[in-house]
Amino acid sequence: MDQATLKLLKEKAANIRLGVLEGIHAASSGHPGGSLSIADILAYLYYVEMNVNPADPRWQERDRLVLSKGHTAPALYAVLAEKGFFPKDELKKLRQADSFLQGHCEMKHTPGVDMTTGSLGLGVSAACGMALAAKLDKSPRRVYAIVGDGETEEGQVWESAMFAAHYGLDNLCFILDLNGLQIDGKITDVIDPTPHDKKFEAFNWNVIEADAHDFESLEKAFAAARACKGRPSVIIAHSVKGKGVSFMENQVGWHGSAPNDEQYAQAVAEIKASL
Amino acid sequence: MADIIKQATREAYGNALAEFGEKYDFVVLDADLAAATKTGTFKKKFPERFFDCGIAEGNMMSVAAGIAASGRIPFASSFAMFAAGRAFEQVRNSIGYPHLNVKIGATHAGITVGEDGATHQCLEDLAVMRTIPGMAVIQPMDSVEARAVVEWAINYYGPVYMRFGRFACPILLDRDSYKFELGRNVRLREGTDVTLIGTGLMVSVALDAAKLLAGEGISARVVNAASIKPIDEADVIAAAAETGAIVTAEEHNIIGGLGSAVAEVVTANRPCPVLRVGVEDRFGKSGKVPVLLEEFGLTAANIADKARKAISMK
Ligand SMILES: Cc1ncc(C[n+]2csc(CCOP(=O)(O)OP(=O)(O)O)c2C)c(N)n1
Ligand SMILES: [Mg+2]
Repeated sequence: MDQATLKLLKEKAANIRLGVLEGIHAASSGHPGGSLSIADILAYLYYVEMNVNPADPRWQERDRLVLSKGHTAPALYAVLAEKGFFPKDELKKLRQADSFLQGHCEMKHTPGVDMTTGSLGLGVSAACGMALAAKLDKSPRRVYAIVGDGETEEGQVWESAMFAAHYGLDNLCFILDLNGLQIDGKITDVIDPTPHDKKFEAFNWNVIEADAHDFESLEKAFAAARACKGRPSVIIAHSVKGKGVSFMENQVGWHGSAPNDEQYAQAVAEIKASL
Repeated sequence: MADIIKQATREAYGNALAEFGEKYDFVVLDADLAAATKTGTFKKKFPERFFDCGIAEGNMMSVAAGIAASGRIPFASSFAMFAAGRAFEQVRNSIGYPHLNVKIGATHAGITVGEDGATHQCLEDLAVMRTIPGMAVIQPMDSVEARAVVEWAINYYGPVYMRFGRFACPILLDRDSYKFELGRNVRLREGTDVTLIGTGLMVSVALDAAKLLAGEGISARVVNAASIKPIDEADVIAAAAETGAIVTAEEHNIIGGLGSAVAEVVTANRPCPVLRVGVEDRFGKSGKVPVLLEEFGLTAANIADKARKAISMK
């Protein structure tokens, strides 16, 4: 990866993190932990990997992203605003009655959101449907779905995995945000969904490991997914929940609570300092 | 006047599980929401009787059915959207059809979920749960009633769907004297011109509406219908006969919930105008709770408007 791209991605990821915190702080509610863990993945997807057009959000031939872990909508909103799908000013109206930025992803009113999600386990199946439709259309468009590690406890995730492999949906790529935490604690303590690699392999998927916070690792992973023919790919993205804000990192308590003014100021300072 | 204390009924649910856990032998299941449904309060005290099922609500409901089929009492909790929505068919076929002794504690019902928005604001659960034969469907109006319902459910044999809220609402009933009875309304205010039948947090809003109406010389009876199924037919018929007009109030779609249950009884027994206050067949949205209550017409002013209209239709 060239230095200019790397610099751009770092900057974009930082802006996504700032957007996440701005919205959640203003709303006094929302889910910072899992939003911060996918900031780098979203930066890579929207600035390198995906073919989208902010001027025409519903362009039929665009690549699709389904944020199946829909509670982390603030991160998606931040990257969409950064790309110019809607004004950045909207971010501070997150979760307010007069904004289209719903607490969970909503496709009808938010430019750039490809699927309504928030109830875990449903988005992955919708992504399968989109990938199947692209095949029927003989279109090269690709479909990405970000799935939570806790979310993989839903049986429907494995129903979707079976479907995608059965129909050879090689235009479909799941990104598993393996941050190790859900609401009630560590995923391995609540109800252990691991090992993900062996499970997806058993479902006949192409399994790729990556570091969710290393752009060169993500670049390799997405290239490997694109190169794989005949079956779907999953990128197991090893991530840190709350990444980028020291006091939120790996803390289950930051799954769904908002920072106060002081915490917000510290978080913003840390992210700005990282650049 | 003494300050009215407010508490969310989910809070009372968790406290009641922990309290009655000492006296009764039951287990509690949750689906990665123990902190929010408040079953975490029970988990802390009785970790060996608490089982987290992870984010897998369908599995949890059928597991609960198996536990009940083996002679134990399970409480199974999640948000109403996932307990009644995601797991509807498991509840219907694994619990309802065999009439198993499972207690479903569904929290975060209605639009007072607030900022999480429409995906999490369940406005359909009363309707779908009510259509399962043998399912008792209960929505307490305050913390006192929530606690009483939990103890009642432990001692009752059969499937029960309990609907609790996230938002703090006034505690109006008296803890020492209140006793919950299935299929029994509680009259909170006498009146002769119209009856306001509320459920859940809309009961206190209906009481406010009655005060507004009293200022205009309209005498409104106010009734708490915690037991939505079975509904208190005798009391609903009495309301129709004695006041000649009814307004229902619920934090649910006006289709299929309390308003429908009341209208079913009235039309079959003692026809009179029945107007329904509730969410008017639309999805919820994100926002602060007071703003949403106003926007969706779940207000005393709207109940009073409907009451005037119902009286004019007599
Ligand atoms: C069907 C369903 N059940 C429960 C929830 C409540 N919920 C929201 S986030 C969450 C935990 C998600 O954990 P994970 O998938 O690991 O997400 P992340 O750690 O990335 O935030 C739960 C249980 C939900 N949104 N949908
Ligand atoms: Mg996680």
